[in-house]
Amino acid sequence: MKTKEFLFKYITLAAASLSILFLMGIILSIFKEGLPLFNDINFSDFIFGRKWHPTDEPADLGIFPLISGSIFVTLGALLVGVPLGVGSAIYLSEIASTNVREALKPFIEILAGIPSVIYGLFGMAVLAPLVRKLFNVPTGLNLFSASIILGIMIIPIISSLSEDALSAVSKELREASLALGANRIETIFKVVLPAASSGVISSIILGFGRAIGETMVVLMVSGGAAMLPKSIFSPVRPMTSAIASEMGEAVNGSQHFQALYGIAIVLFLITFLSSLLMQWFAGRENRE
Amino acid sequence: MKKRKILEFAGEWALKLSVGISLAFLFLFLFMIFSKGAGRLSISFLTQMPKNGMTEGGIFPAIIGTLSLTLLSMLIAFPLGVLSGIFLSEYGKPAWLVSIIKTSINTLSGTPSIVFGLFGLSVFVIGFNMGVSILSGSLTLAVLILPIIINATVESIKSVPFDFREAAFSLGATKRQVITRVILPAAAPGILTGSIISVGRAAGETAPILFTAATFYTRRLPKSVMDEVMAMPYHIYALMTEGTAPESQVPIAYGTAVVLLLLVLIINGTAILIRYRMRKRRNW
Repeated sequence: MKTKEFLFKYITLAAASLSILFLMGIILSIFKEGLPLFNDINFSDFIFGRKWHPTDEPADLGIFPLISGSIFVTLGALLVGVPLGVGSAIYLSEIASTNVREALKPFIEILAGIPSVIYGLFGMAVLAPLVRKLFNVPTGLNLFSASIILGIMIIPIISSLSEDALSAVSKELREASLALGANRIETIFKVVLPAASSGVISSIILGFGRAIGETMVVLMVSGGAAMLPKSIFSPVRPMTSAIASEMGEAVNGSQHFQALYGIAIVLFLITFLSSLLMQWFAGRENRE
Repeated sequence: MKKRKILEFAGEWALKLSVGISLAFLFLFLFMIFSKGAGRLSISFLTQMPKNGMTEGGIFPAIIGTLSLTLLSMLIAFPLGVLSGIFLSEYGKPAWLVSIIKTSINTLSGTPSIVFGLFGLSVFVIGFNMGVSILSGSLTLAVLILPIIINATVESIKSVPFDFREAAFSLGATKRQVITRVILPAAAPGILTGSIISVGRAAGETAPILFTAATFYTRRLPKSVMDEVMAMPYHIYALMTEGTAPESQVPIAYGTAVVLLLLVLIINGTAILIRYRMRKRRNW
């Protein structure tokens, strides 16, 4: 009896500790493969180098164009996804009737589960030709198209988390504001939204992390040019897309291979910081 | 006074518009995929091998590949996830260990899927010498979906009322008995919902299997978990970006997308239905 109790407890403990092991495994594997690169080139040349020609002799391994590609695409996605996602969340939580809300919430949840490669297919086959014609640009596979698709993709993520935060605001707060003579919109924007700000901000950070880490959409839709974008219609090559498209041809252990793992380190650090930031905001919400 | 009225009117319409635009985008997206791909669906599309260098025939091996990757990754991640969830919510000591585990889980769930792919490549494919195979891909996917299952388990155990535990303890049950005979059955529908959602996630992921499991074209079905496989998400990507006959490849890509989309929608729809029925039936 005692041994069974003991065994059960320690089996669950071992299982739970595996998560630490897996995280360590991820960190160690990308650092082990990526760090040897910095024996040959220094870190700031890697981050700020303007040229990415990994297969030239000698190779140029500057990932600044890739980092800026990721950042521009992500900012573009947030420009599309944040107003639409937060706006939808406010509508669902504050204005929609219970029936409408109960019907739309599972629908949004299902949308959040659609595989990103299908969004990529839509971007390549439907949006890109449209953008090319509409704006008369040489290619529809560019920063603009990738931002729109990514933006649409993060709407369900941002809106379902924001909706949770808004619904958690106490009813008394809304009633007090209405009793003071504020109308519904004033109540929403001056009382409810500020009260839910931590949760809404953490939903936006989650959307940021999802967008900057997304691979398939940018791989298929962003055009793939490893250059600093000259306009919103320039093709770009975000970090994730460089890893996905080049790893197949990089020789195991070569400088190119190490540089791709180096990009993964940068990517990991960015998403790690954003998830810490998100937890901090989420914690702040709980304390409030 | 007038200004307030105008602002109220504009604000309300802006909110309605944002829902309208979001839904219009998403409907358009689903509509285009279905309208272009649904015509492709047939029994032979689902059950035949690809022919003529991917320009004709069906997607049977890709379906088999996706099913085997998904199933094996669930077999690995589900028991680990549920056990981890039990530890975090029922034992929860020592506190320092729990806080490290929770931080690890949060970090894992925010890590980009392509980074999981590189991890799988250097650890499973190269390090453990498993090669590009169903096993490498499933292990990689299992690590990716583990946080979802753990969080679902913790959340559903949390919602089991404290009285249940006290009643069981007062009858003389041990902690293990309380967990396995009282708490887990009560939390099961919630755990199931979360796990089903993670099945949908595993089925649709592409980046983690790019270098660990997927291949563009095989003439035969996998014989063991050490074989590389075709998979639906990767098939869509490859048809759109590789090959030389886009005019015949793009329609197959749409057809594959409809099959994958239906699979994921059915999986997630089932999860949501289970949760809905559970909430209705639950009397605590």
